[in-house]
Amino acid sequence: MSVRLAITALAIGLALVFPFIAPNDYYLSVMALVYVNALAALGLNLTAGYTGQLNLAHGGFVAIGAYTVGLLTVDYGTPFWIAFALSGVVAAGLGFFVGLLSLRLKGHYFAIFTLCVGSVITLLIEKWDSLTHGVVGVIGIPAPPGLGPIRFDTSIGQYYLVLAFLLLGLFVMRRIVDSLVGRTFVAIRNSEDLAEALGIDLMRNKILAFVISTFYAGVSGALYAGYVRFLGPDIAGVSRTFDLLSASVLGGLGTLTGPVVGTIIVAWLTQYLQFLQDYRMVVFGPLLILALILFPRGIVGSLELWAARRKAMAEPRAPQAAPLAGASENA
Amino acid sequence: MLDVQGLNKAFGGLRAVRDIDASFERGKITAIIGPNGAGKTTFFNLVAGAIRPTSGRILLKGEEMTGLRADLIARRGVARTFQTTALFDHASVLDNLIVGHRLRTRSGFWDALIGSGRLAAEERECRRKAEEALDFVGLSHIGNRLAADVSQDERKRIAFALALTTEPELLLADEPAGGVNPDETNGLAALMRKIVATGVTLILIEHKMRMVMELADKIIVLDHGEKIADGTPQDIRSHQRVIDAYLGADHAAAH
Amino acid sequence: MVIFFQQVLNGLTVGSVYALVALGLTLVYGILHVPNFSHGALYMIGAYAAFFAVNSLGANYWLAMLAAAAVAAIMGVVSERLVFARLKDAPPMHDMIAAIALLLFFEAAVQAYWGAEFHRLAPPFPQIVRAFSLTAPAQRLLIIAAAFGLMLALHLFLNRTWIGSTIIATAQNRQGAALVGIDPAFVSTLTFAISGAIAGVAAVLFAPINLISPTMGDLVITKAFVIIILGGMGSVGGAILGGLIIGFAESFGAFYISTDYKDIIAFALLILILSLRPQGLFPQGAR
Repeated sequence: MSVRLAITALAIGLALVFPFIAPNDYYLSVMALVYVNALAALGLNLTAGYTGQLNLAHGGFVAIGAYTVGLLTVDYGTPFWIAFALSGVVAAGLGFFVGLLSLRLKGHYFAIFTLCVGSVITLLIEKWDSLTHGVVGVIGIPAPPGLGPIRFDTSIGQYYLVLAFLLLGLFVMRRIVDSLVGRTFVAIRNSEDLAEALGIDLMRNKILAFVISTFYAGVSGALYAGYVRFLGPDIAGVSRTFDLLSASVLGGLGTLTGPVVGTIIVAWLTQYLQFLQDYRMVVFGPLLILALILFPRGIVGSLELWAARRKAMAEPRAPQAAPLAGASENA
Repeated sequence: MLDVQGLNKAFGGLRAVRDIDASFERGKITAIIGPNGAGKTTFFNLVAGAIRPTSGRILLKGEEMTGLRADLIARRGVARTFQTTALFDHASVLDNLIVGHRLRTRSGFWDALIGSGRLAAEERECRRKAEEALDFVGLSHIGNRLAADVSQDERKRIAFALALTTEPELLLADEPAGGVNPDETNGLAALMRKIVATGVTLILIEHKMRMVMELADKIIVLDHGEKIADGTPQDIRSHQRVIDAYLGADHAAAH
Repeated sequence: MVIFFQQVLNGLTVGSVYALVALGLTLVYGILHVPNFSHGALYMIGAYAAFFAVNSLGANYWLAMLAAAAVAAIMGVVSERLVFARLKDAPPMHDMIAAIALLLFFEAAVQAYWGAEFHRLAPPFPQIVRAFSLTAPAQRLLIIAAAFGLMLALHLFLNRTWIGSTIIATAQNRQGAALVGIDPAFVSTLTFAISGAIAGVAAVLFAPINLISPTMGDLVITKAFVIIILGGMGSVGGAILGGLIIGFAESFGAFYISTDYKDIIAFALLILILSLRPQGLFPQGAR
């Protein structure tokens, strides 16, 4: 486990000193957006990766969080942090109702249903001009105001703000997935019939996962709104959901850090492939399909499987089980 | 323990289970036999709440549980094993078992968020239950092995261990010895006796006649969804309708 | 009365195009149990193939339709062979993710070549047909006639020919079909080819009264999913009926409620119906 601890400390340390080693602000803004997306991917991974429900409306919930902040601050003069606090609640509240309707459906039906929910959210943002500004978008969203001596209107301040939320998101997610609650989700992903026969209330647990997941989406959207300070309907699109999904697949669906690792990799690949602009899917699409075929468990997933195998080999006849701290191995 | 009255299940025009009346005594082993498509697994699905009956009643210890959801039935002490157990292959055997006791715990999201003492205690309890069950089925030495790497016999035992972690009073086992060799079949029969000795009532679906005849206190024979006979193994062996419908061919093949 | 007739005609036109797209989708679902999100891209590719044939090769409308069917069928076969066949044993979510990846890949590739702007395909019969006091563009009548002709042909193919019956047999029971000597891999490939070809033809029929763009398949495919859920996944009759239901709901909704929100009607209908009946309207194909 000390290896795991060392890697964690190194990663956090690197993220903390990054503003001082980054050559310029551009790199800083790339990483800040990576953290925002990684937070959304963490949420998506809870439903898709841990609970086995492919939610194709996740980008829509990110958009709902973002528009909550955008519209409240620009049109209604709500203070930023109040709007920010509401964003996760609004997204999760809507998530609760969508989950209530959709989570009775199994497998493919759920994915298709949420695809339609995503389309509805995109269409509503586009057509409901009087509320959402339609295709014009929301312009002039304020930057997050400072809290006491800390300021968030500089690129370094923004960087640390989103980093703090990502780390908090990871911390909370770890608590969830390593606990009995997370094991319950995994049992549902593994087999709904078996989980139900073991006395697990499917609806209750799936809705819980879905609500937490959409809360993450909402907060990520709020951070996005405060960072980019402009919103258009495109942020709700399927391709945004797909970006989050492919990052999670590359990193490892159903692993704690997979979505973060994947988001970072995708972002840097995008930097190198920048000349492709709108056509990056010409390269990314086949790349992702290759990864799905050759590395179905993703980077972190493959590493964890390797580690679990090694552990199993090392103690073929261990009479007592490992202490509770080893529980993260199941991820 | 379990009483079934006038149980019916129709899928469209097909009556998979017809007017079954049966009662299952506490602490006994009852086997359900019958040719393929006789409605045995459908019967289990009805009792376990995986599907709802078209008509009829199901009573557990005299209490109505007809139409209850499967998870609520499990909480009332009914566990089941499936023909094939969907283990999570990339986790250890022990990790697969820990969630089995989840239905007896109460910790939720907020406990996980603040890392409550209740959650820690319940996690310890679940782990203890899992280890206990693994030990009971004789597999404590493979707790750390990945579920993908276990043998068919071990998988069958893990299925029992998982069911036991739910602390059942009634256990429904669907072909518990399917696909294992004769030695292992004997071992699994011994395991089932051991389970029943702890006070659990067992109902099993099985095709292996020799095992059924040795193990069961009572046998119920289904054919085309109907109960055509019930009684002790001796009764069944000499029951003309059973021999005609099912046992005849099987017996002839076995001898 | 005239207005009412106009809506019926619109509903029939749009509905029969939806039905064609949904038919291919439901066939593939029946065989592979993959919700093929990239089916919308096959539809879009068909339209571009026809556009290319007409504008760059000087083909007429009918040749272009043939080219569209061929190109979309080939793309369907290629995606089945290169992608879906290799993901048969992958975790259940992976084929869906790959299907979305294919959709976005095809869209990006087409956009890289033709750009994001809209294109138009000239109708083969630009006339307006008049009967009694009613008028109808000939293209709409063509769409309806061709769509129903194609459905009939497909029905006959599936039920009256040996090759067609292998598709039905495999959809009903994969192992059973394999046992009687039907090669499931061949059937999968064949099904993708047929569903691609139908999507290509549907796109060429619809393109003269609609526009061609890289994302033209997005809404159509989403609605086709609504249709096959309504009609029962894997059910051919359900896809046709569902297509017409959505077509009529949209045309009357656009007229009596709002054109802006007509695209939402299908989804609202789906959400409503699945909330009341999680197994769909005709659950025979549902799992």
